[in-house]
Amino acid sequence: MIGASPSRKEGRAKVLGTSTYTDDKFLPGALHGVTIRSQVPRGILKAIHFGEGIPWADFTIVTAADIPGTNRVASVVDDQPFLVGIGDEITHPEQPILLLAHADRHLVEKARGAVRLEVEELPAILDIQSSLNLQQVIYGTDNLLKEIRISKGDPGPVWAQAAHVIEGEYQTGAQEHMYLEPNAIIGQVEGKGPEAQVTVWGSLQCPYYVHSALKQLFGLPDEQVRVVAMEMGGAFGGKEDYPSVNAGHAALLSWKSGRPVKVVYDREEDLACTTKRHPSRTRLRTAFDADGHLLALEADFILDGGAYATLSPVVLSRGAVHAGSVYRCPNVRIHARAVATNTPPPGAFRGFGAPQSLFAMERHMEVCARRLGLDAVELRRRNFLRMGDTMATGQVIREDLDLGGLMDRALQESRYQDKRAAFALTNQEAGPLRRGIGLSVFMHGCGFTGSGESHLASVAGVEGLADGSLSVLAASTEMGQGKNTVFCQIVAGALGLPYDMVDVAVVDTDRVPNSGPTVASRSTMMVGRILEDAAIGLKLSLVQQGFLKEPYTAETFREAVRKAVARLGSLKCYGQYHRPPNIAWDDVTYQGDAYPTYSWGCYAAEVVVDLDTYEVKVEDFVAVQEVGRVVNPILAAGQVEGGIAQGIGWGLWEEVTTAQGRMINNQMTNYIIPTSADLPRIKVVFLENAHPAGPGGAKGIGELPMDGPAPALLNALENALGALRLDEVPMTPERLLVRCEEVSHG
Amino acid sequence: MRGYLPDCDIRVPADLADALALLAAEPGVWTPFAGGTDLMVVYNAGRLKATHFLDLSRLAELRGIREEATHLVFGALTTYTEIRDCRAVHQHFPNLVKSARATGALAIQNRGTLGGNIVNASPAADTPPSLLAYGAELELVSPRGLRRVAYDCFHLGYKRLDLAADELVASLRMPKPTGRSFHYFRKVGTRQAQAISKVCLAAHARIEAGVVAELRIGLGSVAPVPQRARHAEAAIIGKPLSALPIAAAQAALLDDISPIDDIRASAHFRLVVTQNVLGHMLRELANG
Amino acid sequence: MAERITLNLKVNGEARTVNVHPFARLLDVLREELRLTGTKEGCGEGECGACTVLLDDQVVNSCLVPAVQAQGCAITTVEGLARGEDLSSLQAAFVAHNGAQCGFCTPGMLIAATDLLNRCPDPTDGEIREGLAGNLCRCTGYAKILDAVHTAATDGGAPR
Repeated sequence: MIGASPSRKEGRAKVLGTSTYTDDKFLPGALHGVTIRSQVPRGILKAIHFGEGIPWADFTIVTAADIPGTNRVASVVDDQPFLVGIGDEITHPEQPILLLAHADRHLVEKARGAVRLEVEELPAILDIQSSLNLQQVIYGTDNLLKEIRISKGDPGPVWAQAAHVIEGEYQTGAQEHMYLEPNAIIGQVEGKGPEAQVTVWGSLQCPYYVHSALKQLFGLPDEQVRVVAMEMGGAFGGKEDYPSVNAGHAALLSWKSGRPVKVVYDREEDLACTTKRHPSRTRLRTAFDADGHLLALEADFILDGGAYATLSPVVLSRGAVHAGSVYRCPNVRIHARAVATNTPPPGAFRGFGAPQSLFAMERHMEVCARRLGLDAVELRRRNFLRMGDTMATGQVIREDLDLGGLMDRALQESRYQDKRAAFALTNQEAGPLRRGIGLSVFMHGCGFTGSGESHLASVAGVEGLADGSLSVLAASTEMGQGKNTVFCQIVAGALGLPYDMVDVAVVDTDRVPNSGPTVASRSTMMVGRILEDAAIGLKLSLVQQGFLKEPYTAETFREAVRKAVARLGSLKCYGQYHRPPNIAWDDVTYQGDAYPTYSWGCYAAEVVVDLDTYEVKVEDFVAVQEVGRVVNPILAAGQVEGGIAQGIGWGLWEEVTTAQGRMINNQMTNYIIPTSADLPRIKVVFLENAHPAGPGGAKGIGELPMDGPAPALLNALENALGALRLDEVPMTPERLLVRCEEVSHG
Repeated sequence: MRGYLPDCDIRVPADLADALALLAAEPGVWTPFAGGTDLMVVYNAGRLKATHFLDLSRLAELRGIREEATHLVFGALTTYTEIRDCRAVHQHFPNLVKSARATGALAIQNRGTLGGNIVNASPAADTPPSLLAYGAELELVSPRGLRRVAYDCFHLGYKRLDLAADELVASLRMPKPTGRSFHYFRKVGTRQAQAISKVCLAAHARIEAGVVAELRIGLGSVAPVPQRARHAEAAIIGKPLSALPIAAAQAALLDDISPIDDIRASAHFRLVVTQNVLGHMLRELANG
Repeated sequence: MAERITLNLKVNGEARTVNVHPFARLLDVLREELRLTGTKEGCGEGECGACTVLLDDQVVNSCLVPAVQAQGCAITTVEGLARGEDLSSLQAAFVAHNGAQCGFCTPGMLIAATDLLNRCPDPTDGEIREGLAGNLCRCTGYAKILDAVHTAATDGGAPR
C-alpha cells in the first residue's frame, strides 16, 4: 500500500461536483455577514456612523462591545482583537471594526458601503526599515514581534583571516496564496449565555485552532464549541490561522441574531485582508578559505510581521533555522527578527519562512562562486552537509546524507553542463533572446520546529465500524494535498488490508481527536506515524480480546471488527506522538535538533529572457528530491508540481502592490498567478531513503517544493544575463529592466 | 458580488430600431452592452455607476462578418471567437485574429464583442491596435441615420468617444490590404495567457518596389486611448526596406505615446519596451 | 427596479423554469435557485474560470452572464457530465491522474476540457494549455490536468 497510487478518496465527488464546500451548505434562515474594515493604517477609532437609506433596525450589528468573552484571537501571542472598539487603536488598514448581517445578501452589501468610520489618524509604519528605525513605536517598546539568535562557534576571528569575505543583501516580497476558494465560514450559536452551543463549519486547516479561538472568544468550555471542516478549496497555509478570525466573526453574528450566519469573502476582500507570505530582507556575510570552504556565516534575517504577532514568531523560527541551509559551517551567527508594521498580518504560507532565508543563501552561493572564480556547482559540492556534520543549531546529521549525489542527478536530468556550454555560445548571437540554466539545493525540516511536536502531543485514532470497515480519526484536514488518501493507505498498509476497507471520518471536533494542525509538512510523517501505531494497537486489541487470529485475511479482519463492534458497542484505538529518543531541543538557546529530520531537494530551472520585453519564460524544470519513502507517488508528484508552480510564481510574477499598507492589486486579473500557458512540464524525480521516524519510512513533502524554484530561476537568469543585481523576488520584467540598465549605464 | 441587484433594470429590445428609440427617448439613462465581459466585472465589484442596461446581444442586425469586394464588414456583435473562426479574417487581417486570440481566454472570447471592446474604450484593449493598423472605419447608427467615423478619430480622450447618447456602433469596415503586405502584432502582457496588456503593438505596411509605401502602427496601453504612432510611421514611410531608419523611428515614437505608471507596469518600462517592440517590428519588416 | 422574469432554461438536458431578477447572474441562478452548487465562484471577475459552464455549447463565465441573456438556452454544468453512475471519460481520467486536488477549479476545468475535446479531439499539450488558459488552478501546476485530458482524448474523445 505504501508506494502505490490509489485514487484519492474524495476524487469521485470532486469530479461529479457533489463535494460540499462551505458556501455550498445552505442552512434554513441563514443570514449573510459582512465585515466593516478600518481602511486607514493607524489611528484611534472615534465613532461609527450609520448612513441613510438602509433599514438598520433590520440588521444584526456586532461591535467589540458585544463580545461575551475575550476580544483576543488565540494564537502564539494573543495580541490581535477580533474587532476594534471605539477609543481603541487601529493598527492596520484592513482591521475588522464592525460586523453586519442580514438575510438579503444584496442589502447587506449595500449596507457595507453606508457605514462611515470616524478615525483620528496616526502616523504609520509601512516597511521593515521604518520599523527598525523606530520612526514610530507601534509594538511593545522596540517594534519587535520576535527576536531569535542562533550561535555556533565564533565567527569573530575568522573575518580578518579568511581568504574571501563576501556580503550580500536579498529581499523577497509578500505572496498571496490564491487558493481558488476564498475564505468561507458558517457560524451557528444555539442557546444563550453560558448555555450557548457554538458550531462553525468552514474552510479551515486547523479545526482545533479555531476551537481554541472560539472558546476564548465566548468564554465557553471545550464541549460547547464544535468545529467542522468542510471540503476545502485549497489553503497552502492561508487557512491556518485566519479562520480563527472569521469563524469568530460568523459566530458572533449568530450569537447576536440567533440565526446561522454565513461569512463568505469575495476575492477582493480575501486578497486585501487575509494573510500573505512574510516579506523579508536578509543580509548575509560569508567567509571562505582559499579553496572555497565555508568558514563563517552571519545572517541578519528580518521578516515584516505586520500589525500583530499572529504566527510570525514561528515563521521566523523556521526561517532562522533554515538560514544555515545545506552547508557545513563551523562558525555561525544568525540574528532573526520579525518587525511590526501597520499592515495586515502575514501568516503561514507553504514553506513558512524557509523559502525566504533559503532564497538568500542559494543566491548568495552563486554570487560567492563568481567572486571566488569557482563553478557554483563545485562550490556547493565542497560545502555540503554530510553524515556526522553539525548544522547551525548543533543538530548532528545522523542520516547517510548524499547531497552531492542528489545534485548530480539533477545535473544529469537537466543536462545542466551541456546546456551551460551551449548557452555560452548561443547567447553571443544577435537577437533579443538569452538562455540560462540554474540550480538550487535546499532542505525543509519535517514537522514543527524545535519542541513544537512535543507541546502539541498530537492524538489520532482508528475506529472499527459496524460494517467491519475502518475509519481514520484525525483532525488533519484535506485541502487537496491528499491527506484522506494517504492516511487510509498508511492504516491499510500497517494492517495489510485493502485500501477500500479504510476511510476517513468527517473532521468534526465532536468526533475526532486533536491530531494537531494541518501544517508544517507534518501530516504524513507525524500524524501518519501516530495512525500506524493506532492501527497496530487496534489489531492487537482485537487479537487480545479474541476477536481476531493471526494470520488474517481482509475478510476475517472485517468479521472480527464487526463482531467486536457488535459486542463492545464501539471499537477505537488512539495513538499519541512520542518524541523520538535521540532528539533534543532547547527553546531558549535554539540549540539541538530543530527537526526530527529534513527532506532535501535540488532543482534546476531553464529560462529564456527576451531583452526586448524582459519577459522570462521557464522552458524546463527538473525537481529531484529525497523525501523518505513516497507513500503515494502520483499525489506526491502533484504536490511537487503544484509547489513548484507557486515557487515559479513567487520568483517571477506574483507581486502584492500596496498603497498606505493596503493591497491595491487585489483582483485576480492584477495579481498574476501562472496559467496553464505559463508553466513548463516539470520533471519530478524522487530519491527514496526510508526514515525510521515516519510511517513506512515517509518524510514531509508539502512545503519542500516551495523552497527551490525562486533561487534556481534567478541563478538561471544570472547564467543568461551575467552578473546583474538579481537580489529580489519577484524578479518581474520591470525589475529586470532596472537591473539590466544598472549594468548598461554603469 | 457587490452590485446592488434591486436597483438594476434591463431592457431587451425587439430589434435595432427599438433599441435606438429607447436611447433617443431617454438619453444617457440606458447603458448598452452585449457580452457583458467588461460591464459585469465592474458590476460584480460594486463599482458600476450605471443601473439601467440595454441588452444588445440578441440584435440580429448587428451580427456577422460580411465580405464585400474591397472590405470586410464586422457587425458590432462579432465575437472574438467568430473572428478567430473566420477564414476571410485570417486571410486579410491576421493581426486581428491575433488580437482576438490574445483577449482574455476562451470563455471571454465566446462572449466579448468587437463593438463592446471599442466602446468600453480601455486603452489596454487588444483589438484596437489592430483596427488602427488596418485603417478601420466605424458605422454609427441613430434615429437620425448612419454616420461613418474613421476609427483613429473615434477616441477623443480617456474613455471619451465620438459617440452621441442616441448612437450605437453598428459595424466596422476594414479595407482588404492589396499588394505586398506586412502584418505584425505583439502583445506584452502580464503573463502568457489571459493577460492585460502592458504594451501592445500592431502594424500593417504596404510595400511597393522595396519601399514602404504605407504604414500604420496601432498601440495599446501606452496612452489614454488606443493610439496611432504617426510620428514613427512618418519616419518610415517612403524609406527603402534596405535602409529603414529604425533608431529615428524609435526616437519619433516619444512624440506618439504618453505612458503612465500603474499597477501593471511602470511608465519607463512601457516606454522602453514599446521602443524595443517597434525596433523588432521594423527589423522584421526590413528582413521581409 | 425590474420585474422578475420567468426564465426558461434547459439545464443538463432537463427543462427548468425559475422566476428571477433579469440581471441576476447566471452563476447565482444555478447555485441558489437551482441548487446546482458544483459551479463555483472563485473571483466574480471572469478570471479564474471556476464558474465555467456551457451556454448553448460555448464555454462562458457564468459570473458574467445576466440571467436574461440565458433565456431559452441550454446549459451544461459539471453535474451534467456523468451518465448516472458512469463518469465521463474526462471525469474518470481526472480521478485516475489526480487532476483534481482541492477540487475547486475542477468543475470549471472539466467543462472547459469537455469543450476542448469537442472541438479538438486529439489535442497537443499546447492546444490543451490554450484551451484551459481561462481556468486557473493553484494546486496542480496543471501537469496532472494535462495528463488527464490526454488520457481522456485517447480513451474515447469527447464525452458527448
